[in-house]
Amino acid sequence: MPEARPKTEPSLRVLIVDQNVMRASILEEGLREAGYLNVTVLREMHNLLRRIVDIDPEVIVIDLENPNRDVLEQMFQVSRVVRRPIAMFVDRSDTDMIEAAVDAGVGSYVVDGLKKERVKAVLDMAISRFHAFNKLREELDSARQALDERKIVDRAKGILMKQRGMSEEAAYALLRKAAMNENRRISEVAQSVVTASSLLK
Amino acid sequence: MSDVTTVVGFIPLMDCAPLAVAVEKGFAAEEGLDLRLVRETSWANIRDRVVVGHFDAAHMLGPMAIASTLGVGHLKVPMAAPLSLGLGGNAITVSLRVWDLMVSEGVTLSAGPRVLGEALRNVVRARERANKAPFTFAMVYPFSAHNYELRYWLAASGIDPDRDVRLVVIPPPLLVDAMREGQIDGFCVGEPWNSLAVSVGVGCIALPTTAIWPLSPEKVLGCRLEWTQRHPDRLQALVRSLYKAALWCERPENHLELARLLAEPRFVGAPAEILLRGLSNRLYLQRGSEAEHLSAFYLPASQAATFPWVSHALWFYSQMVRWGQVVFDPEHVAQVRATYRPDLYRLALGETTNIPSADTKIDALFDAVRFDSDDLPAYLKLLALP
Repeated sequence: MPEARPKTEPSLRVLIVDQNVMRASILEEGLREAGYLNVTVLREMHNLLRRIVDIDPEVIVIDLENPNRDVLEQMFQVSRVVRRPIAMFVDRSDTDMIEAAVDAGVGSYVVDGLKKERVKAVLDMAISRFHAFNKLREELDSARQALDERKIVDRAKGILMKQRGMSEEAAYALLRKAAMNENRRISEVAQSVVTASSLLK
Repeated sequence: MSDVTTVVGFIPLMDCAPLAVAVEKGFAAEEGLDLRLVRETSWANIRDRVVVGHFDAAHMLGPMAIASTLGVGHLKVPMAAPLSLGLGGNAITVSLRVWDLMVSEGVTLSAGPRVLGEALRNVVRARERANKAPFTFAMVYPFSAHNYELRYWLAASGIDPDRDVRLVVIPPPLLVDAMREGQIDGFCVGEPWNSLAVSVGVGCIALPTTAIWPLSPEKVLGCRLEWTQRHPDRLQALVRSLYKAALWCERPENHLELARLLAEPRFVGAPAEILLRGLSNRLYLQRGSEAEHLSAFYLPASQAATFPWVSHALWFYSQMVRWGQVVFDPEHVAQVRATYRPDLYRLALGETTNIPSADTKIDALFDAVRFDSDDLPAYLKLLALP
């Protein structure tokens, strides 16, 4: 997805509320590169109201995984000290935008009265950076899974080598053959071997 | 029908039970429904993901469905609530420090809401005189039965919930820690979080909210009105499977199995022993005390617990007006009425006996103020703050 190219807005006060350090940094960096110099990241949820009063943000971006979203919304509704940010795009014309944001896992609030165009670029950036992060996370997950699978295959090979006196190559070939015959993944067959072996102990 | 997956969002609370059971015990499949549940972390996410269509329906706070229909606080998207997800299940828990102060006013845990409220008022006034910071009470969402029940009890006890105490929102899983750290002095939430606070010794259950309002409404199955119109068959199958699941949930012989199911991290993720307390209507109000049998603390099915009373919707609206979340407008009334859908409930469950024939009923909370949903302005006048 092409990166949004907003006009430079060094003064717009943007607050990122995100407990995930990596994701917050990815977004912060993107905003700074795009010329937003007034970006603050909050990772700690303690004294949220106090800190928001101090920062006085005009745009707030929060990740949808954060249960403190409900805290934030109520704070905005009742607080007399913070200028009331409202959920982004409360008129129906922008359901596409909301959909894109929710898809990416982005929640956002904007101080009432701020021009929509000034905010759209920030939100576009947040959406694209969140997507980038999600992709990164998927890659990490699959790398981790691959590692886990390799470990289980190694254990199964070890069991076969010990119990049947096979070489490592022969043990692997046996696992692979069983997997092909049963139309399963090698790691699944390996898992069955490890489970069966622990039951037979 | 089963080639289309129906996606329903939920929040990890005891009263998601009928949803979990509809999937796990096969009630959804029996209705030809491929039901997939998605656990969510905030009520705002539930609202947004129903609005954008990620979810076909959700475990939703009753007042949230109404707020969405009216466009209060967020987008105006008409919602439909064709089924209620049970009655009761909430309680007000106070920290041990606050409880000690209330005890020194001469109350015990078996006292009723009026006596407990007076004790709390005396403690609040004493703090005021001593120039100490007001107590902080937490609830889980501004448009929720928890918020309104807590406010109702405080106001009826002579405590102004906006002036004499601070009310904040804290997500349920974070409440017990917030109380332990002294950030909050009390909270109103659904199970298992009250019982968890008792079991770890940070608070005691001062009041099940059914003492404030017996058979009080809570969550609903909420969906976009437009979805109910496009998928009448799936909607009916969903209502029927949840109705049957709710009946299963209420049978005492199933409580242990249900507690173990909900204890799994993919559902509520709290100890089964703690969940069993609320499910079986046997609460420990204080650590080390005897279990208290509270009949009708949580009813998933009986007493028409799944029926979406239009008068419940109107009571929620009356409280939204009362606490300044929305300005009363006679035009709202028709929209609120149209959000709770007993007609869809009857359509789905036509053959079932015991379906109420009226859409509204007269109610009264513990202070005996009569709630007649046909005359909201009169009711609001009766409730005016002292």
